[in-house]
Amino acid sequence: MGEKMAMAKAINESLRRALDTDPKVLVMGEDVGKLGGVFRVTDGLQKDFGESRVIDTPLAESGIVGTAIGLALRGYRPVVEIQFDGFVFPAYDQIVTQLAKMHARSLGKVKMPVVIRIPYGGGIGAVEHHSESPEALFAHVAGLKVVSPSNASDAYWMMQQAIQSDDPVIYFEPKRRYWDKAEVDVEAIPAPLHKAQVVREGTDLTLAAYGPMVKLCQEVAAAAAEEGKNLEVVDLRSVSPLDFDTIQASVEKTRRLVVVHEAPVFFGSGAEIAARITERCFYHLEAPVLRVGGYHAPYPPARLEEEYLPDLDRVLDAVDRSLAF
Amino acid sequence: MTVDSSAARKPRRSAADKAGTTGSTTGATGTNTGTAGAQSGATGTKRSTGAARATRGKKSTEPELVQLLTPEGKRVKNAEYDAYVAGITAEDLRGLYRDMVLTRRFDAEATALQRQGELGLWASLLGQEAAQIGSGRALRDDDYVFPTYREHGVAWCRGVDPTNLLGMFRGVNNGGWDPNGNNFHLYTIVIGSQALHATGYAMGITKDGADSAVIAYFGDGASSQGDVAESFTFSAVYNAPVVFFCQNNQWAISEPTEKQSRVPLYQRAQGFGFPGVRVDGNDVLACLAVTRWALERARSGEGPTLVEAFTYRMGAHTTSDDPTRYRGDEERAAWEAKDPILRLRRYLEASNHTNDGFFAELEAESEALGKRVREAVRAMPDPDHFAIFENVYADGHALVDEERAQFAAYQASFADAEGGR
Repeated sequence: MGEKMAMAKAINESLRRALDTDPKVLVMGEDVGKLGGVFRVTDGLQKDFGESRVIDTPLAESGIVGTAIGLALRGYRPVVEIQFDGFVFPAYDQIVTQLAKMHARSLGKVKMPVVIRIPYGGGIGAVEHHSESPEALFAHVAGLKVVSPSNASDAYWMMQQAIQSDDPVIYFEPKRRYWDKAEVDVEAIPAPLHKAQVVREGTDLTLAAYGPMVKLCQEVAAAAAEEGKNLEVVDLRSVSPLDFDTIQASVEKTRRLVVVHEAPVFFGSGAEIAARITERCFYHLEAPVLRVGGYHAPYPPARLEEEYLPDLDRVLDAVDRSLAF
Repeated sequence: MTVDSSAARKPRRSAADKAGTTGSTTGATGTNTGTAGAQSGATGTKRSTGAARATRGKKSTEPELVQLLTPEGKRVKNAEYDAYVAGITAEDLRGLYRDMVLTRRFDAEATALQRQGELGLWASLLGQEAAQIGSGRALRDDDYVFPTYREHGVAWCRGVDPTNLLGMFRGVNNGGWDPNGNNFHLYTIVIGSQALHATGYAMGITKDGADSAVIAYFGDGASSQGDVAESFTFSAVYNAPVVFFCQNNQWAISEPTEKQSRVPLYQRAQGFGFPGVRVDGNDVLACLAVTRWALERARSGEGPTLVEAFTYRMGAHTTSDDPTRYRGDEERAAWEAKDPILRLRRYLEASNHTNDGFFAELEAESEALGKRVREAVRAMPDPDHFAIFENVYADGHALVDEERAQFAAYQASFADAEGGR
């Protein structure tokens, strides 16, 4: 069986395994070497694999992603770190106009096995640009894959799978879950990277979430159970592609769906899920698909983030509204 | 044909010795931009210092640049760079001439095809043949090229079939060729992005322990882009074997170079800690020599170099552009006097480097190329409808599969309707 470890440690172990297994794997980013990353996710990797494999880069996000593209063209498999969610935008051009399209433009001749790690989301009392959830901006772009683990075990295995993928993968790490421990079985046969998982069975309503909100939804389901409501929780794990089949199967059973994410609701991934599930499950639904997420406002200062972020009560409120239809 | 580049590899040290430390050496009209100290990485900044000294007090309209062949076709000596073309034969020179003539012909044909509605757009290289052929022929097969969208002459040097360049301009693909087939990356439309790809690729070469080099092409407008500055930073920090080849064709669509920079572009390199040099971009011999020098630096572990080829875009930015709105005829006329092809022709004729039939045979070859390009474009099939869904992902994607199936069903519905009629 596995060992209990925190998510940050699980990602570290996963990177270590990838560096050890494949000499073409590189880790790149600001402060990833000696410091081990600001969250220590890359702790000790440079010491063990050297400066040529674990590369401290200049403070230039476009440069980090742009040179990773060049390294991938040369046959390397770079795993780059963007230090925080809000810092990805200087690299957004390279990601969207170059990385995402290279395989298609070359008619399949060129592969782009680049992983972009982005610690994301709020709840840790950080300053501006350190708490955002920009996943929908990447999921909207064809050519990119977007995933977000919710626990240490998935973090470990999804990183292995992301590195092995010949497509660019944006790997969103829920930073407020970095210190949550879970059992990680490094000998396991993991679920496919883009497969959603039912993490709690239920019959009355489906809660769908990914990354940092999965734990919240499990807490919501536990609280609702005390009121006699039996909620199912689906951990989506992958935002692009989205595993609609698993959500559909759940909704056909429960007939109600609430989608929860930290990102603003407007044009967010919840909107896409609501639209498609409405198409697929129109005759099964007893209530419109509801969404709980951030507001159409800049991520607020830390003293207000508890108001902004979905919490137990806001999700329970949505559950009540759905059940009232 | 290719120019034997072995001459460029051998005399690097001897060239430095020959040049000594006397700084700029001038030809009839050309002035070297720097000192021979730049032959070693440690003194790389000396070149830029020398360059700054050389241009001080001069008007920017009279740029100091490396020149081996004057506009009149007269060969001028250059203590620093002559060594890099020392082994060049008459046949090599005819080859360079042929490359430039055929590239210009291909370009003219593509422009005509755009006017005839066969291409959606064309970015002409007219006037920049020497910069592209000179630098392109300095490359080894194992070097890697990252072009912008105007490097038709470099593509020619790499052996990319010119008709392959036309697919994206005709709208049948967004790139099309296999970049690894000729070590010639896809054209990049977003200005300056490819300078970072080149730098990353060059970093990979270093990791592999190989001695290839990378060349990144971009224009004067791209020098304003953050990506180009970041690629300077990364390449300097990692000592990457990359040559930045900036074709300063004076105009970024309607904006002159003065709207991009207060200092001559090659001087940008100084602040990043590597040498920059300005070469007469209409002098194919000088472009060949300077690029060989820069590639040799890259190969021998001395890191990046910025080459600014001072040239002129004789035509429009693209076929959608109207240069009469922003520049006068007299400017183009002044540059026509410096035409790269005419210049080499004068030299070849004065040196008796051609036989009687050479120009006539080349004219016939040029005609044949034009015909081939014309026919190839018109015969280019539209892509299959399902190409929309191909190669979006290497490993596949559920949404793409779903939408492909929907599209197929929708297409099939027309066939059903036809059948049922």
